[in-house]
Amino acid sequence: MGVKRWMLWVPLALFAGLFVVVAIGLIKPADRTIRSAMIGQPVPDFALSAIVPGKPGLDAAALRTGTPHLVNVFASWCLPCIAEAPQLMRLKTMGVPIEGIAVRDKAADLQAFLQRNGDPYDHVGDDKRSAVQVSLGSSGVPESFVVDGEGVIVLQHVGDIRDDDVDAIAAAVRGER
Amino acid sequence: MTRMVARPAALLLLLASPAFADPTTPAARLAYTQLRNPAQEAEAKALMETLRCLVCQGQSIADSDASLAGDMRALVRERIARGESAQSIRDWLVARYGDYVTYDPPLSAVTWPLWLAPIALLGIGVLVARQSFRRRH
Repeated sequence: MGVKRWMLWVPLALFAGLFVVVAIGLIKPADRTIRSAMIGQPVPDFALSAIVPGKPGLDAAALRTGTPHLVNVFASWCLPCIAEAPQLMRLKTMGVPIEGIAVRDKAADLQAFLQRNGDPYDHVGDDKRSAVQVSLGSSGVPESFVVDGEGVIVLQHVGDIRDDDVDAIAAAVRGER
Repeated sequence: MTRMVARPAALLLLLASPAFADPTTPAARLAYTQLRNPAQEAEAKALMETLRCLVCQGQSIADSDASLAGDMRALVRERIARGESAQSIRDWLVARYGDYVTYDPPLSAVTWPLWLAPIALLGIGVLVARQSFRRRH
């Protein structure tokens, strides 16, 4: 019994299919960004002690004051955080209240970092064991969360805030989304 | 492209980041220390092996030396020691990071092909094998 003629084309068709899959993977690589599943959820309860002298620590209650906040997860040992600092300062001058969660940081290092790169933060909480970072669904530094006046997370920005991200983040804080 | 050329300093900073971007604070106590109770440690270890390291995405938190993985191991051990079930810890993490965080994804609208494809392929294999064995006779 001979092989049916059309079956001769099956290997070529399979190859073409595989080719398309690989080509799509090359042209448009998969997005490996890990997004928090907490968007639309209230900020989990937490209370972080202070780490910067003269600046209060951060707790969840400070994010439920009726006004929206930008919560910046950062660290003095994180280089993209330096690249991000001017954009945070600009957001600050635009009137955006910015709160900091310092991940695994040392007080002296952090103070030097703020002196050098500017200090846009109203509160900075000391997240010694990344516990609050994990409870927010954040997987690295820097990451920023827009939290509305009721303490609900409305937006996550993964990675450093670039120049052209500033307007969108300011708009999200104003609730224009 | 022009943006990159215009900002060589920023680009250099970004390229250099992996070399320095590590915290210098000491690891959490339970990141590298086993629990006293062997049954609890076994349960924690089994769970850690099925949780994805979010920094080094191909590894489990049991395998990784990243600081976040260490902190997640400490979190798992602390909660197991407190008597929380492995399933409840997994659910807590999935609520934060989505199914991506677990290597043992639950059957859902998105993951069903993952679970059903092997069964379907096995079925096709059986059909093909039956066809070809018949021909011999």
